[in-house]
Amino acid sequence: MDLEFTKEQKILKSSARDFLKKECPSSVMREMKEDEKGYPEALWAKMADLGWLGVMVPEAYDGIGGNFMDLAIILEAMGEVCCPGPFFSTVVLGGLAILDAGSEEQKKLLLPKLANGDLILTLALSEPGAWYGTSVINVQAVADKDEYVINGTKLFVENAHIADYILCAARTDKGGSPDEGITLFLVDGKSKGITCTVLDTLAYDKQCEVVFDNVRVPADNIIGENGKAFSVLENLQEKAAVGKCAEMVGCIQTAFDMTVAYAKDRKQFGRPIGSFQAIQHHCANMVIDVDGARFITYQAAWKIAEGLPTSMEASMAKAWTSDASRRVTFLGHQIHGAISFCEEHDMHLYYRKAKAAEVAFGDGDYHLEKVAQQLGL
Amino acid sequence: MEFKLSEKEEAFKSEVEAFLKKELPPKWPEMSTHWPGGYGSLESTNEEAVKAAFTFRRRLAEKGWLTISWPKEFGGEEHSYMEQAIFDERVSYYRAPGMGIATGIAGPTILRFGSDENKQDWVQTIAKGEIEMWLGYSEPNSGSDLAGIQTTAVDDGDDFIINGQKIWGTIAHLADYAWLIAVTDSEAPRHRNASLFIVDNKTPGVTIRPIINILGIHSFNEVFFDNVRVPKRNMIGEKNMGFYYMMTALDFERLMVGIGGFKRLFEQFIEYVKQSEQDGSPLGKNHTVRKKLAEIAVKIEMVYIFFWRTASMLDKGLVPSVESSVLKLTATELSRALADVTMEILGPYGQLMGGSKDAQFRGMAPRGYLDCISATIGAGTSEIQRNIIAMRGLGLTKK
Ligand SMILES: Cc1cc2nc3c(=O)[nH]c(=O)nc-3n(C[C@H](O)[C@H](O)[C@H](O)COP(=O)(O)OP(=O)(O)OC[C@H]3O[C@@H](n4cnc5c(N)ncnc54)[C@H](O)[C@@H]3O)c2cc1C
Repeated sequence: MDLEFTKEQKILKSSARDFLKKECPSSVMREMKEDEKGYPEALWAKMADLGWLGVMVPEAYDGIGGNFMDLAIILEAMGEVCCPGPFFSTVVLGGLAILDAGSEEQKKLLLPKLANGDLILTLALSEPGAWYGTSVINVQAVADKDEYVINGTKLFVENAHIADYILCAARTDKGGSPDEGITLFLVDGKSKGITCTVLDTLAYDKQCEVVFDNVRVPADNIIGENGKAFSVLENLQEKAAVGKCAEMVGCIQTAFDMTVAYAKDRKQFGRPIGSFQAIQHHCANMVIDVDGARFITYQAAWKIAEGLPTSMEASMAKAWTSDASRRVTFLGHQIHGAISFCEEHDMHLYYRKAKAAEVAFGDGDYHLEKVAQQLGL
Repeated sequence: MEFKLSEKEEAFKSEVEAFLKKELPPKWPEMSTHWPGGYGSLESTNEEAVKAAFTFRRRLAEKGWLTISWPKEFGGEEHSYMEQAIFDERVSYYRAPGMGIATGIAGPTILRFGSDENKQDWVQTIAKGEIEMWLGYSEPNSGSDLAGIQTTAVDDGDDFIINGQKIWGTIAHLADYAWLIAVTDSEAPRHRNASLFIVDNKTPGVTIRPIINILGIHSFNEVFFDNVRVPKRNMIGEKNMGFYYMMTALDFERLMVGIGGFKRLFEQFIEYVKQSEQDGSPLGKNHTVRKKLAEIAVKIEMVYIFFWRTASMLDKGLVPSVESSVLKLTATELSRALADVTMEILGPYGQLMGGSKDAQFRGMAPRGYLDCISATIGAGTSEIQRNIIAMRGLGLTKK
């Protein structure tokens, strides 16, 4: 047992942090709030240069052939600065789906572009009326000669408005159970019949409602097997949940650091507020939440990197980390007092981000239920 | 012991209810996006709502209900505290504009402690709802520790000259006067060195700068006082008694928790849940959702009980200082719990702000999730309330 990073991992972590602190201070998130695209293109290009976009892409496809732990380290560093942009939807959602289930041809075509920063991807999974998971897939894809015609509405599709491809989970067959008959399509983001509305969200991210109206997709653009996307999606959501946890760990670490520094600095009644036991206990509770989140996330990320079954650990990580980030960012506000209720102060950026990450790929309650299922209940 | 309103109180409640239904614009419930317990959301962001609020306050003044607690000789109604509580409950239930700072804090303080001049100058205009005030207590270095204020008021002939900076002044930009505390004797011990003043916002030397809150709303301000001359008669009561007066007013402020707002919002959310489906099944049949909502129902009931307890104590002539801290603490923590639970139940939909496509429940939940942060900070933080309960209430000492 060794809970420390390897030398290489330490280097990756410190270089990622240094890079992002310099290139992506919190002001970038504020600027991107109003930006139509939602990310600075120059930053994206630099991330490609650093090899981040191809972190999980094998060298044969122009990537750097890292593993999930490397990805988690980068995501954590991004979380620390609330880095905006399509990294998660492209690298984690799109990239891992193609890596796991794409054909050799699809990989050859798409992965080098992805690694070079020439591709923005996203996943269209959730639908109106559905909360989490794949329990409701009503978007239909009907075969028509060598094409499929897609109809229906997807929700919470991050960066769909700028995506080169949307990976859309659609029903190609009623199936014996809801899990059967789901197919994953690689849909050109500029296809005729796609209407994208950017939603106004708490975390200023670019989540979209995407309406598919007779959108035609070549049959070759199916990722994985026809009608068998369920397990691909389950696997992807598990990894995505752990990826979100890594982001949250970074997010709450910063919120925590800011708060402890403030508690030492701010004086009331002639002494630092951190000298009051009420504040000390808040801070101690934050330590447990942050450290707990960190290591339960690393454990899950490590298992994924090792190719081990991770369902239990992933759900435990997402359950703990989701609730922990809500608690930590709230206490961050409480300890700062009125100053953090100002738009100018950064704390609310972390509070907003934490909430968005909490409800992405299943919140605490959803994953606790999954844990219960794993317990055989 | 009797856990019900008396006949007289029931009749008064019906009267208030009928008045509210008649005088509030029918669209009011939709216009108001106030989150119970929050301090960051103002009706004044919407012009139509501002007008409606203004007209409604006029009606309240005409009816004598802006001064419901005041003695008859000053145009008040002299209702019992229980009746005031009933009034406050109904008004906040309908999210109606109720008492402001002038009517709720300045007026009662002047009636109790003010000089005859103070009463002459202010009581009538306040009672008619003609002026509004903002609270000039907090300073950059003095939040929880109010006795640490540095703004000074120096005696100079017929005036005091005020210098310093106040911060977090909610509605300072919309109000007419500051209800201000400043040090009048720098030699005297803490708590016996400051006085209360009414300062006209238009006095030369007063500069009001906006602060935008995390909801994106200009609700509060920082206000600078640079050699501001205030006539001596604008000092309230006696010199150096400011903290004593203010603490009394604060205890009163902590009663005004807007209790009905919690119940109303909860009822509306229950209706929403009943009509909604999650993954193809009724949302309200989800076990976790049921448990969370039932827990909130219990919390609301609890805060109501603390509320009635405080009112009934006041009617018996007791001073509810610890009890009003209990009420302030539980009500504002309920503000947070309500935001958490509505957000958790809405899951991914909780991220959608009002006005956004696909937003649920008018986008109230994410707004509340932001605004509730202010609840446990403003008017004395939760930590300070707990200190009061433990130290003042239980006699637990520091050493
Ligand atoms: C939305 C909003 C509106 C407001 N409107 C007004 C207004 O109109 N007029 C006005 O004058 N003020 C207003 N305030 C200010 C409010 O009264 C102060 O924010 C509050 O008193 C806390 O002070 P602070 O923000 O400086 O926090 P601090 O006092 O610096 O406190 C920081 C943290 O330390 C904790 N702490 C401090 N002392 C102790 C202690 N002894 N023991 C344990 N913990 C402690 C606090 O609980 C808090 O968690 C408003 C505040 C908000 C958020």
